[in-house]
Formats: sequence, structure tokens, C-alpha cells
Amino acid sequence: MSIECRFHIVRSDFVLDVDLLLPSTGVTAIFGPSGSGKTTFLRALAGLENNEGYLKVGDVIWQDEKHFVPTHRRSIGYVFQEASLFEQLNVKDNIEYGFKRSIDADQSVMHRAIILLQIEHLLERRTSELSGGERQRVAIARALSLGPKMLLMDEPLASLDEQHKKEILPFLERLHAELEIPMIYVTHSVDEVAHLADQLILLDEGRVIGNGKISEVLTRLDLSLAHGERAASLIQAKVGEHDEHYNLTTIDFSGGQFFVPRKQLPVGCDVRLRVEARDVSLTVERQSDTSILNILPAIVDEISDENDAQVIVRLKVGDDLLLSCVTKKSADLLQLQQGKKIYAQIKSVALL
Amino acid sequence: MLNEYDLSALIVTLKLASISTLILLIIGTPLAWWLANSKWKLKPLVEALIALPLILPPTVLGFYLLISLGPHGVVGGAMQWLGAQPLAFTFAGLVIGSVIYSMPFVVQPLQNAFAAIGTRPMEVAATLRATPMDRFFTVAMPLARTGFVTAAVLGFAHTVGEFGVVLMIGGNIPGETQVLSIAIYDHVEALEYGNAHILAGGLLLASFIMLVVVYSLNRHFSLLQRSDR
Amino acid sequence: MKTFSSTLRSVPIVFGLLFISAASIADEIHIAVASNFAGVMKTLVSEFEDNTEHRVILIAGSTGKHYAQIVNGAPFDLFFAADVKRPELLDTQGLIEPSSRFTYAIGRLVLWSPRDDYVDSSGVVVDEVDYHYLAIANPKLAPYGRAAKEVIESRGLWEALQGKLVRGENIAQTYQFVASGNASLGFVAFSQILKSGKVIKGSYWKVPEELYSPIEQQAVLLKNGDVARDFLAYIKSDEALEIIESFGYGVKGVSD
Repeated sequence: MSIECRFHIVRSDFVLDVDLLLPSTGVTAIFGPSGSGKTTFLRALAGLENNEGYLKVGDVIWQDEKHFVPTHRRSIGYVFQEASLFEQLNVKDNIEYGFKRSIDADQSVMHRAIILLQIEHLLERRTSELSGGERQRVAIARALSLGPKMLLMDEPLASLDEQHKKEILPFLERLHAELEIPMIYVTHSVDEVAHLADQLILLDEGRVIGNGKISEVLTRLDLSLAHGERAASLIQAKVGEHDEHYNLTTIDFSGGQFFVPRKQLPVGCDVRLRVEARDVSLTVERQSDTSILNILPAIVDEISDENDAQVIVRLKVGDDLLLSCVTKKSADLLQLQQGKKIYAQIKSVALL
Repeated sequence: MLNEYDLSALIVTLKLASISTLILLIIGTPLAWWLANSKWKLKPLVEALIALPLILPPTVLGFYLLISLGPHGVVGGAMQWLGAQPLAFTFAGLVIGSVIYSMPFVVQPLQNAFAAIGTRPMEVAATLRATPMDRFFTVAMPLARTGFVTAAVLGFAHTVGEFGVVLMIGGNIPGETQVLSIAIYDHVEALEYGNAHILAGGLLLASFIMLVVVYSLNRHFSLLQRSDR
Repeated sequence: MKTFSSTLRSVPIVFGLLFISAASIADEIHIAVASNFAGVMKTLVSEFEDNTEHRVILIAGSTGKHYAQIVNGAPFDLFFAADVKRPELLDTQGLIEPSSRFTYAIGRLVLWSPRDDYVDSSGVVVDEVDYHYLAIANPKLAPYGRAAKEVIESRGLWEALQGKLVRGENIAQTYQFVASGNASLGFVAFSQILKSGKVIKGSYWKVPEELYSPIEQQAVLLKNGDVARDFLAYIKSDEALEIIESFGYGVKGVSD
């Protein structure tokens, strides 16, 4: 089921102009600064904006010049920034409000949503008795119980404090792992993108400036994400083996393996690694007299100025991409250029 | 304590206030909803028209009603053309007068209550597959319940207290158009201060109680809502 | 402190203002007049003011309201009521200057309709009962209403007409009911359908005075003062009586 959309939305303060083919599975993050039009785009998908455009979901046209399927007849689940629970109903009635009205819903989907978000014990509560995190979990369960063909989320963590964000994030990751339907996730947090997204669409001033697999968009040197303090690359990998003696775990990926301090994860389990550009240094020869364990052969793919003194280098490691931030002086000494074979030394790796 | 005339005036008044309030809620609800959500540029015109009875002396409204209900007036002429009974000096005429006269007291609390809901709950309901009508009844109305209580009580109380309009188009027919406020006026004019006291005091007390109900309900609901946040 | 001292300084000015207005009150009088007579009164007052240095302030309103205001201390010098009852009450309560009560005008009842050729010259139209509403003033409150009731009763129709009768709270309202066409016809004051000595429009029956007890309107002196007494003297003058008559009222001692 593909999602094809073209929107042209003119507001007094900005214009949204997008033409996209959204993937039919996985999490697509819509990322951009505030005012970039990402919420407007999501609302247009839901039919909440009054706009011109074209939207085709699978074989069904939801919007063109002649048709406009109203929001209540679109098979979507929508989670707003604030939980927006109905205060006059208790938790169970909130969830059943949509469930009763949705033709796609069935009892088992609702039960699965309730169990997935661990809200069984909250069902009889009044909404006023819930914490911020609990409210958002109920809101997500309410949207999932509809049995929607796609899940739209508008910064579901933005209104929560750090503690509640940490409480919800694991639930979203479970959703990511278990959900068969596409999820469109609007956010302005790089952290959330790193944790959840498979696909990343970058919006700026109403235009798409980047669109693709997350690992590629994050390392595109012409985009802002690959620059700055927090520039990092993402690598999809699997748990290899555990070294009982040194208490290390090896993580396998297309370009080799990483050693990380021992993790309680089953062998073969999918993991996501995040490698920050400033933690990657480069050598021409493979160093043997170093404390760094993670040394991988790489090929220079692209080089771009970071600032007056530094450059950012994109490396190909197997099929994966890494970013490295080095001084211009080092770049000259190592005679870095596209296609050059080189070694990347990685000081630290974060398991997401 | 009440004589036959006063009792019949009381019954006419309660009947008039109940029917007018009911009609006002039926007309006022969609009107208030429209006013709360419309972005039409001539909306202030409609709002001003509805609010007119708030500032006009009731006798002005009564006077124009009397003129327009008469055979040379717009309404009266139309009624005559349709072969219907003229409306002046009838209970139905009073209901029409009361509905116009008490309109702002019903529409404004409802409009405020609807506006306070905002668009979000309605959008949420739409994403939960509720049709526009469904959303209105299951989301907007329950959320605006304070507005409905306020509107109903104010509309009722204001109609009970109505004088100028009834004076102009009522004709003081016992059992038909003679209402409490007119009965009080008659008693005062006829120097029957004892009877006037019974009615006026009763009306004062009843109005006070109704307003206490409105304010305590508002307080109750706003406390409830605050605890939700 | 500055505001305080400036307040103190303004005190004499305030007192001065009070004196000036108190002095001007000396040749100014307040007259409460029944609404039905207000039009005539204005004419009389302007005549009076033209011939004297005095000023008259008229307060038109319902006689019941004026009565209640007087009992509660309203500062009227003269009270021109719409009936006999209220002046009589004030008299017995000792709220007026002794023996100042007198009849200043006698109302005349007419049966009137704005439609031409509708009311016949002997009021038979009342008996025929094929009209929509017959307006009268509230008999309990207004002397014109009491008179109308007497006329209807004398024809033995009072019970039969109950469903057809609409009551105005006063004679002015009764006139409005008829003039607006909402009531087909009504018993109103002759003075109401006259303008510059001519009947404005429609058809009417001047009800013979023997069919109802006289609609006497009485006046009383509430506060003894030169101006008020001057005004009373003027009201009783031939010149004033002529004006009152020209507005459709009868006057005592002058035969019609």
C-alpha cells in the first residue's frame, strides 16, 4: 500500500508545497524546525486542513480536485501533541469512543493496543487521575484501537517532561517493532528520530529538502543534520556474540563488527547503533599500538567544510555510512579525497 | 395566599417561560454553534442583532412587535395573507416576543461555551470516526453543559421577569396573556401592596435561587475541569 | 498631601454652587402630571411661562406611580392626577395643603376605530361582536377603563365580551392597541383622537355622558409656595379652561 501525496497549502505566514511517495511500512519521521510545515502536512494527510492537493492511499483516492474524503471516513489513527482525551469520559470510554465507530476495528486489535501500552489497570480511571505519560499512552491506544491503515503522530512526546518522555519512548519502539502499518511521525527531536525512524523526510519552510533512508539523510553533507556538535550516523546491526572473558559484546554489521561493553541482549537481536562524528578519527595505516578496539576499513565518500578549521567526512563502511569530523590540517596530511582507502577509529558507540 | 387571578398569572408565566426556554434552546443551539465557529465577515451584524434586547428598553421591542404584528405590519400582514389568526394579544404572540427578548440570554452563554471548547476536541472526534452531527452531540454538547444550564436558567428567569414586551403585546387577558410581572404592576397601580408583596417577593426569591443554582453549577464544573489539567 | 489640600480648596466652590442652585429653585416648581394630560399641560405651561418669570418642570407618568412617589417623599409641588381616588387618598392622609383638591378636567370617552365607517354614531358595532379585539383600559386601574366597563355593562355584554377584550395598562396603551390595528376598535379618550381641534382619522362614537360616571381628574397642592399658587390660579382662569376644552376635555362649571 503506497501513499502518494501532493499538497499545496497557502497560509498567511507560509506555503507548504510537497510531492511525496511515503513508504508503506515502518516509521517515517517528518523532521524540521518549528514553522517548517510538518504539522500542517500531517493534518493534510488526516483531512484536517482545508487545502488543495492529491492524496492516494493504496488504490483509494482520498483527495483530488473532485473528491475529498472527510477525516471521519479516513482509516487513520491520529495522536495529537497533547493527549486530548475527552474529559467527560473515563479511559475505557475514551478508547471505545473510536472503537465503536470504526468499521476497521475488532476486539482483538483493541485488546492488543491496551496490552501493548500497558493500560489495563487504568481502564476504569477518570482521565483527570492520569499522569501526562499515562494520558499519552491512552491516546495512542485509542488511535490504535481503530484498526487504522496508518498511524499519524504529531510530536506525541513534545508536551511531556524528560521523565515522561523516557517512559513513553519504549512503548513507541515496541510499536515500531510490532506494527504492520506505516507510521508518520512528526518531530523536531533528533533523539526521537534516531530511536524510531526508518525513513526521514526533512522539511524546511514548507519544502522537502531531504527524503530517504534515515542513515542516508543523516549523513548527507549538503544537509544541516550532518553538521554541528551532534552530527552522527546510524547503523542497523545485529548482536553477534558475548565475550565472557573480557565482558564485551560484538555487534555485526555490513562493514565488520563493533566491540561494546557487555549488553544483556540475545544473540542475533536487531540493534541500532549511533556513532557521533567527533568520536571517529582517521588513519591511513591500520594502527596496532592503540587502545581503540573498533578500527574499520573505510572508503572516503565525500568531504565538506565544517568550519574554518574542520571538515566533515562521509565514509563508506561496507554498505553503511559513517561521519567523521577532522581538522583541515589532518585532512591535508592524510591527503583525504574521494575514493581513498582509509581506516576509521571509533572511540565510542551508543546502542539505541 | 394567592387569589385566582394571581394563580392564573403564575401558571401563564411558568408556561410562557418553559415553552420560550425550550424554543430558545432549540433555535439557540445551532445559532450559537454557528456563531462560535463561523468566520463569515458579516457575523458581527448577526451578533449585534441578537444582542439588541440586552440594551434596548423592552418597550421599544414591544412597540415594534405591536406595529409589526398589526394588520399593516410585516408579520401581521403575512399572517393575514396566509389566513392565520393575528398574533397580538395571544399566548403564541407572547412566546414570539419572549423568544426574541430572551434570545441573547440563551445564545451568548452557549456561544461562549462552544467557543471555549475550541477546535481540538472536535478534530479528535473526527479522527475517531465521528460524523459532524455525532461529534456535536457526543463531544460539543457534553463539554458545553455549563453553558446549557446557564442558558436555560437565564432564558427562563429572564422570560419570567419580562414586562415591557408583554405590556405592549399582551393585552392582559387573564389565563392567556396576563403574566406575573403585569399582575404585580396592576397590584401596585391599584394600591394593593399586600398582593404585590407576595408576588414580587416570591419572584425575587425564585430569581435569586435560580441564579445561585447557575453560579454554583458553574463553580462545580470549573473545579471539575481544573482538576483535569 | 497635594490632592488633599486641593480638595480642601475646592470645598468653598462646591458650597457656592449649592447656593446658586438653591436660589434658582425658588422660582421653579415641579409638577407631576398624569400621562394622559401631559400634552395639554405642556401647552398650559408654555403659556404660563411666557407670562411670568417662573419655570415649571413637568414629570409625566402614571398616577399610581406618582402617588407612591409622593407618599415616599417625592419633591413635587403640584400633582395633577388621572382620577379622583389618589388625590382623595393623599387628602385623607394629610399629605396635601388643606382644601386644595379640585377637579381640573373631565375626561370624555369615545369608541374609536382608525377605519372609516366602522364605528356607527350610536355604538351598535359593540353589540354586533364581529370584530377581533375590543380594547379598553384596565378598569381596575384607569378611570377610562372603569367608564368603558360601565358602558359595556349597560348593554349587558360584559360577560359575553370577555374573550374579545384586551386591556391596556393605561389609556395611552389602549390607544396604541387600536391605532396599530391589533385591536379593531376601542374605548379611548376623546383627547387622544383630537389634533388641533380635529379628529385625526377613522370613525368614532362619542359616548353620551349619562352612560358612565364622570371621569374626573383632580389636582392637589402638595407644597405651599407662591409659584405653585400662581400656577393654580392660572389653571382656573378662563384662558386655561379654554385650552383644556380645546384638547377634548370637559371642565367643571362650563357646560358643553
